[in-house]
Amino acid sequence: MTLDELVSRLDLKVFTPGLPLDRPVRGGYASDLLSDVVGHARPDDLWLTMQVHPNIVAVAALKELAAVVLVNGRGPAPETLELAVREKVLLLGAGIGAFELAGRLYGLGLKGS
Amino acid sequence: MASEEAYRREFQVKGGDFANAGAAACAIKELLKEFGLSPRTVRRAAVAAYEAEMNVIMYARKARIGLAVTPREVRLVVDDRGPGIADVELAMTEGYSTATAEMRELGFGAGMGLPNIKKNSDRFEIVSEPGRGTRLDILIRTNGHVTS
Ligand SMILES: Nc1ncnc2c1ncn2[C@@H]1O[C@H](COP(=O)(O)OP(=O)(O)OP(=O)(O)O)[C@@H](O)[C@H]1O
Ligand SMILES: [Mg+2]
Repeated sequence: MTLDELVSRLDLKVFTPGLPLDRPVRGGYASDLLSDVVGHARPDDLWLTMQVHPNIVAVAALKELAAVVLVNGRGPAPETLELAVREKVLLLGAGIGAFELAGRLYGLGLKGS
Repeated sequence: MASEEAYRREFQVKGGDFANAGAAACAIKELLKEFGLSPRTVRRAAVAAYEAEMNVIMYARKARIGLAVTPREVRLVVDDRGPGIADVELAMTEGYSTATAEMRELGFGAGMGLPNIKKNSDRFEIVSEPGRGTRLDILIRTNGHVTS
């Protein structure tokens, strides 16, 4: 599954302009604790979180995550968006909560670690 | 390790500098990638550097991160000036954290940083002098494969 497909099938918002969406997604991880994500997410995972501050960008870049999905209709802080574009980290948005989104992703065949 | 053949770099980290959080770890990651180390080695070293850097930003005043790379190993020495750690064993326990409420709101304080360093390294030593600072010595063995 690629980000492209997920974005259109789940009607996700794309916050970061100009970054390619043809990247493969392998699975996902949901957490609002950064070191938990650092410890447990895998490369090419989607990261589902409520956190919108700039530090999520470094975590996503270091772990080579496919994208960060901000849940519950949240949007990135301005500094977060700026940093994400600079570091080429994809930020997506979902109007639904993490539990609901994870369920739908599972239904599309994505698995956790 | 024959020290003369190691590639060395030093990075400075300032306590409280959340705006640049992760900058040193990202720079270290890019350097290691350029060396052609395996993706796994690069990721392990980047995670260790990130957690060490964040702890300096959260708890210490300042630190120097020394990076030394040979074809066989990546070594990170993080030397900080700060409050130190009174009980290192307790600090190493997963879930133990003295992060403030503000830090927790930002998603820090899972108490997983030091355990993450341990998991992602082949040798990890902490020496701390309460009231003075903390020194982390982190060794990550490569698979001996360097392409450049
Ligand atoms: N460089 C340091 N100087 C002083 N105290 C430290 C330092 N590094 C860690 N500590 C202490 O050890 C505790 C555990 O550190 P650890 O990195 O495992 O978790 P954390 O930083 O609290 O949370 P997380 O890393 O999951 O965001 C910290 O809460 C802090 O009390
Ligand atoms: Mg920490």
